[in-house]
Amino acid sequence: MSDKKPEEKEGPVQVLQTPVRLEYVFSAGQSASRLLGAMAKGKLLGQRCPVDGRVYFPSRGSCPQHGVPLDGAPVELADKGTVATYSIVRIPIEKVPLELPYVTVQVVLDGADTVLMHLLKCDVDKVHMGMRVQAKWKPREEWTSSVENILYFEPIDEPDAPYDSFKEHI
Amino acid sequence: MRDVAVVAFTQAPSVRRDLDRNEVEILIPVIHELKQKTGLKNEDVDFVCSGSSDYLAGQAFAFVSGLDAVGAWPPVCESHVEMDGAWALYEAWVKIQMGYAQVALVYGFGKPSMGDLPITMALQLDPYVLTPLWPDAISLAALQARICLEKGVCTERDMAERAVRDRKNAKDNPFAQVKGDFTVDGILKDPFVVSPLRKHDCAPISDGASAVILAAGDRAKELCKRPAWIRGFEHICEPLDLGVRDLTRSRSTEIAADRAGVGKKKIDVAELSAPFTHQEILIERALGLDDGTRINPSGGALAANPLMAVGLSRIGEAASRIWDGSANRAVAHATSGPCLQQNLVCVLEGD
Amino acid sequence: MSQIEKALTAPHVIEYTYKRSLGPVLSQFFTALRERRVVGVRRKDGTVLCPPKEYDPDTGESLGDMVPLKDTGVVTSWAWVAKPRPQQPLQKPFAYALIRLDGADTPLLHAVDAGSESRMKTSMRVRARWADTTTGAIRDIACFEPVD
Repeated sequence: MSDKKPEEKEGPVQVLQTPVRLEYVFSAGQSASRLLGAMAKGKLLGQRCPVDGRVYFPSRGSCPQHGVPLDGAPVELADKGTVATYSIVRIPIEKVPLELPYVTVQVVLDGADTVLMHLLKCDVDKVHMGMRVQAKWKPREEWTSSVENILYFEPIDEPDAPYDSFKEHI
Repeated sequence: MRDVAVVAFTQAPSVRRDLDRNEVEILIPVIHELKQKTGLKNEDVDFVCSGSSDYLAGQAFAFVSGLDAVGAWPPVCESHVEMDGAWALYEAWVKIQMGYAQVALVYGFGKPSMGDLPITMALQLDPYVLTPLWPDAISLAALQARICLEKGVCTERDMAERAVRDRKNAKDNPFAQVKGDFTVDGILKDPFVVSPLRKHDCAPISDGASAVILAAGDRAKELCKRPAWIRGFEHICEPLDLGVRDLTRSRSTEIAADRAGVGKKKIDVAELSAPFTHQEILIERALGLDDGTRINPSGGALAANPLMAVGLSRIGEAASRIWDGSANRAVAHATSGPCLQQNLVCVLEGD
Repeated sequence: MSQIEKALTAPHVIEYTYKRSLGPVLSQFFTALRERRVVGVRRKDGTVLCPPKEYDPDTGESLGDMVPLKDTGVVTSWAWVAKPRPQQPLQKPFAYALIRLDGADTPLLHAVDAGSESRMKTSMRVRARWADTTTGAIRDIACFEPVD
């Protein structure tokens, strides 16, 4: 046996802590790389489903409804859209660039058929479905291949979109 | 028991590192080709089951995105196992046996190149006394190999012969990763990776995916001229702790083979998913294979090892030999866990 | 598929610490390690498992009869790791080994610091080298070393 002294008695060991650290090189893949590459140029690229023509943004390379590859020419979308639904956040979350309370929204971008989850900077009492909003971008010199180029959305002075135009997203 | 057959199989080429596609993008063309081959649409498939590992992807619930490659609207009946797709196929087979499905789509996919695979594999070990020591998968297999060598279960030449055979067979397999003509004496001169294992003793690390269609009765005959009927199917598990197992044989494979009826008649073709050469020897013996069986015509796991799909691919490859008439009775094997802890045996027959 | 283009890649690190409850058998094993002692557990047939288990791996019977063991033992198999990874117990070439401690019937896995592969041999005798600080974990044994 070792001649080293036993540790101080601290009662039986009842819990074991097991640290795990795993390092990966993560690949965005074809679809997200195209999207993020376009982001660096301030463009929003969607992909059209060859079966029903719906435009996905963001696209993950396959139509999750029909299971067909989305490998046709990308569709450029506006950075404006309509609030399909929203939630008001009153607890702090790390790295969110807005002060509490703030709004998270699902936005249907003009030209897209899917919703984008994002932040909305506005008076929380004013937010409503159908509200027209536009992306607030970081300064151009700070753009990278990241969705974080868009800081949040902001309301714009346009009449509300009709309910029928976004009802399938709520 | 219902008559259930493997009727179609597709796979992605196994590559060491598919840096430009994510897991789902590797899977999309595999599923797409399978649907095109069979003419099946989502509404024709009653059950979808997959095998993958979130630790390989480095993302919690990464397996959910696999469904993007299938399409899930209208909603589909679906399940997932955090195991090789061969076990997903077992679940689908049970589902069909119970009468809940006629046609099932099964897939497995994995992209181990994103992380340090031998270390990622340490997470499947006992979290109290093993994982904190980070024994990599190759070291654990090397411990087993040394016991086999020192107890005379096999020799380094026997092991090298498996590598030479599998790599030669893989020359005819466009999806294989390690292939070519080698000599036993030549590769025995290579240095050890983790002694006593050399590079040729270890299956490659492969990114890949594969998919299979299972169908019951008349539906199988409609989808395939010569269905590969599943006539025996079992999987058996041993304790995780290497210290309490006999590492010189694969007891779980022996039991699974017995229950699946492997030895009842001659086996024409065997497709084995042993990731190390000495393990291939142990599996051959546990299955009772002899010179009358063509072993690993595809090259087996030693030629292409897309983790989480490699076992499913063995079933697909074995079925392919039934379809083309080159075999009438075939056995496929899949494994999981350290040093052949858990083993699956599937017997396929033509009409 | 259309032409495959070069994809964007990024490093991605996952780090987390699990806290695991031990239960009575492993609690005694790890408490002993903290005191630089090793214990095993006796099965009904008299054989001793180390590392100990809550249940008999063959019969599933509950186990709890703890047995003190020596921190010396014999190597039953080994694998030579020429290029250790950062997580592994030693940062110089070493062996992973199955070590049957004196008084036990089953081997436990650990590292052996033998200096060179030529000093490793199945059936060689080894002794635990204890860590300077012990916390109640398997790495309270820093590694094993050959007994000349």
